[in-house]
Order: sequence, then C-alpha cells, then structure tokens
Amino acid sequence: MWDYTEKVKEHFLHPRNVGELEDANAIGETGSLNCGDALKLYLKVNENERIIDASFMTFGCASAVASSSALTEIIKGMTLDEAAKVTNDDIADYLGGLPKEKMHCSVMGKAALKKAIADYRGVQILEKPGEMVCECFEVTDLEIIDAVKENNLETTEDVTDYLKAGGGCGKCLDRIEEVIASVKAKG
Amino acid sequence: MKVIYTDNNATTKVADEVIEEMVPYFGQFYGNPSSMHTFGDQVGKKITQARMQVAQLINADPDEIVFTSCGTESDNSAIFSALNANPDKKQIITSTVEHPAILNLFKFLRDNKGYDAVFVPVDKQGHLDTNMLYDKLSDNTAVVSLMWANNETGVIFPISEIAKKVTEKGILFHTDAVQAAGKIPIDVKAANVDMLALSGHKIHAPKGIGVLYVKKGLKFHPYLIGGHQEKGRRGGTENTVSIIGLGRACALAVEHLPVIDKEVRQLRDYLQDQLLEKIPAASVNGELENRLPNTLSIGFDAVEGESILMLLDRENICASSGSACTSGSLDPSHVLLAMQVPFKSAHGTIRFSLSHYNTRDEMDHIVKTMVPAIETLRAMSPFWKDGKMV
Repeated sequence: MWDYTEKVKEHFLHPRNVGELEDANAIGETGSLNCGDALKLYLKVNENERIIDASFMTFGCASAVASSSALTEIIKGMTLDEAAKVTNDDIADYLGGLPKEKMHCSVMGKAALKKAIADYRGVQILEKPGEMVCECFEVTDLEIIDAVKENNLETTEDVTDYLKAGGGCGKCLDRIEEVIASVKAKG
Repeated sequence: MKVIYTDNNATTKVADEVIEEMVPYFGQFYGNPSSMHTFGDQVGKKITQARMQVAQLINADPDEIVFTSCGTESDNSAIFSALNANPDKKQIITSTVEHPAILNLFKFLRDNKGYDAVFVPVDKQGHLDTNMLYDKLSDNTAVVSLMWANNETGVIFPISEIAKKVTEKGILFHTDAVQAAGKIPIDVKAANVDMLALSGHKIHAPKGIGVLYVKKGLKFHPYLIGGHQEKGRRGGTENTVSIIGLGRACALAVEHLPVIDKEVRQLRDYLQDQLLEKIPAASVNGELENRLPNTLSIGFDAVEGESILMLLDRENICASSGSACTSGSLDPSHVLLAMQVPFKSAHGTIRFSLSHYNTRDEMDHIVKTMVPAIETLRAMSPFWKDGKMV
C-alpha cells in the first residue's frame, strides 16, 4: 500500500473545488482514459489576470485527486504570472510529499495549469512538441528534458516516476537514458 | 472495526485448526525429521501424515508430493526440470495471462537463455486459444505450462483436455494450480498432468510453503541441490511447522470443497448481481460460467481502481484491483489487457475473492459501500456526465 501522508488522504476523501466551473474562462486538460489518469482544470480569471476561482474534474488514483485538489487551493487568489511559477514540487509539498512513484500526479497538475494559463492568454501550445519517446504514455523528448532539468532527475526510474514515460512496454528506456545523458552533458 | 476480507486470491486467513496443529512444532517438537532418534522421528511421522493429506487433495500418491517454499519455487522447479530433461528442445509454451511466476520466468528464458517462448493468447472471455496451442506443439517443444485457473478473473482453463493432447505428443505438461487448489476439485491422475504447483497460503495454511507434484516415473532434476530431503528432489531441511500446517489445511480443503462450490458460489453470485443491479456501467470480466466459484472481477467505467480501494479500505473492506496505480506498474493488469478489456473499465476493475469465512451480511456491507463510492468518484471524473461515459 502506498505511504500517503494524512494530507493526501484528507484531500482525497474531502477534495476541495470539485466539479465543473460554470463561468470558467480558462480550461486546461491533460492525461487520458488510457493512461489511467486525467485532469480537467477550470479557472475563472478576472480582468487583472487574478484567479478568483478554480475547480477540477479528475479521473485517477487517490494522489491524482489530492494533487488536483491541492493545485486549486494553491492557485486561487494568485495572478496568472504567480500561478505560472507554481511547480509540481509545490503541489507535492502542499500535500506533505508524495510517494516517489506518484510524482507524476503532481506533474499532471502542473501540466494542466500550464495549459489553462495558455488557454486564457490565447497562446497556442503546440500539442506535444518534440520527438515522441514514450508511445505508451505519449511523452516527448522535450517533456523529458524539462522534467529532468526542473527536478534534477538522474535515472530512467526517476523519469518514469515523474512522467510515466518508460512505465509501459519499456521499449523506450534506452532512448530515455540518452535524453537524460544529453541534459547532463550540457550541464 | 471488523475486517471484511474478500481478497482470498491474494492470500487467506490461516485456519484456526491449522494454527492449533502447528503450534507444538514451533517449540516443543523441534526435532529434525531426518534424525536417527525418536525425538526427531516423531516430527518425521507427522510430515509423512501431512504428505498424505496433501496428496489426497489432488488425488496423488504421497511419493509424488515435493514440499517447496512457495508456489513460485514450485513453478520454477518444474520448468527448469523440464528444460534439463530436454536439453535439445528450445521451444517453451505458456499463455499471456499467467502469474508472474511463470510469465516472467518464460520472458527470462527467452531473453537470456535463447528459448523460443510462445505466449498463447486468450479471447475476450479469457478462453485460451487452444487451436493455436495445438498448432505450435512440435518435436522442439520442451514444456507446456498453463495455469489451471486465473488469479484475477477466476477463468478456468480446460487442463485435462489440454494435458491429454500435449502429453500424447510426448511433451511435458506443467500446471500452475495455485488458484484452483482448494476451490475446485483437482485430480492429477484424471487430468494426466506431469507436474503441478500449489501454494499453502492460498488454502488457509501459512505463507512460505508450497508443493510441487511430480508424476511418478518422471525424471526430475532438482532446482535446489543439497541433501537427501524430499528424496533428493528438493534439498534443504524441511519447513516442518508449515508442512504440518499445510497437511491440516489440505484435509480441511477437502471438507470445504462442497461448501465453496455451493455456499461461496451463492455469495459471490449475490455480490455480483447486487453490484450489477445497483451500479450502472459495470461489467464482469471473464466468462461467467467456467469460473472459480469464489472470484468476481468487475469493472466500473470512468473511475480508477486505487481510488475505489481507498474508499473500501475506510470500511475495512479488503479487495484488490486490476488497475495500474496499486501495483507500482503503470499499465492495467496484463490479464485484463490480454483479454482486451477496454481501458475505460480496466482501470476501474476490482477483484473480490471470497472464502467460506465470508457472510451474506458482509456482501451487503460491500454493496452499501460500493454504491456511494462509485458515485462519488464518477461525480469528479471528467469522463462521466449525466449518468454515462463521455
């Protein structure tokens, strides 16, 4: 059984801000049914670019629900610029930490937030830019590079914990190792 | 709060009668069964009795019973023995839905030892593609290994029919009967299998004790090479206490088979009917008829298994899931994927596996917990709206 903190359990059993937000003016979606978790984040942003309300719909495990709940609590009241600086570590820290293998749940929160902010600003995020590395979970090399840099990941297991990449058929593990090596080589 | 234990395919409660039988052999009777003194030999006699009790459960002769440390050791021993007996044969055949004790062993043999490992697929009902299996049999086949019943869905393979066709061609046949033993009748003579694995902790004996049945006359190559124990088929001083417990557990299992077939089956069917009736978009995985009487694998669209288990856990209800998130792996169970169970319900699959200790009240409590649990999770799922999948 996963070693969830009391806060993770509490946010799973009593999630904050669940449901669709009727008057949302920004939405960010990530994940899929096939991947085993998905998050739809709703934001209501005022004319000063301040997030005055946030809600979520999540399909996934307890830590995915808790991460989504935590995310909405963290960003409510922030400006979009402030929210853009929220990291997946902030989400995990808010919950008193996540099991290492569940860090991808916090990464999913960060990804949905990024998309919601882009949605509000009318910025086109290129769908999955870069070269597809993990076909099972649709993760590209650019996403891996970002995660390795931001979280100082060292091994393919780390990458799987954070992005799920490599956690399915495992055929891409060599390629993930190359990507990690390329980031490390560049310092 | 009382625990409602419906995870008996994972492990079982050690029966009180089994504990009672074992206790004196922890302390008072600690002798080595091989010793040349009465003190040790009284343990040896007790092991002889246990061997007979185990043999009776599967209609074997006592000499055909080899005690091991677990089901996995039994499976590994069987396969390595078959390969050592057939050093020139390079093909090994199993199914896509086996327990990791076989599945990962076959992958290891393929990747590291150059074997041509064939994984015969199943259909959506969990039935083995026996035509493909029979087509693959050749002079190059060293062993065929198939589970008697599936741990996740309970679907039963037609082992007697398959063993007959395989052994007729002079090919060794092993079956992993860890889930079948104690739940449905097993007769190794009628089924004509060469080797069979079973595990103590699935039949109300302790963990750390397994059995490998080895058919009389079969040339057996030991996996653990050591002393003369188990007639040279498995070295190492006997796990006397657990063997004695397993003997009692097997005797109890013989008594309980009719109870499992009738009362436990009725409880399982009741739970299944109630869940299907009260929760929309739910579906049972695997063929309904040809299935272990204690097992229910049921998928709920648009929700995730670990979340369901967490909500069950609050009520001290023990079950398991076919979902990725509980195991540390990221894909849903290989069994559900092999059966092409759609992702929408594979991730939300829960396995309830009952025993004769369960009651009707417990089933009612499970239903009472499951209905709001699924509702709550669907209310927050982006894939569920207005009572259906979106």
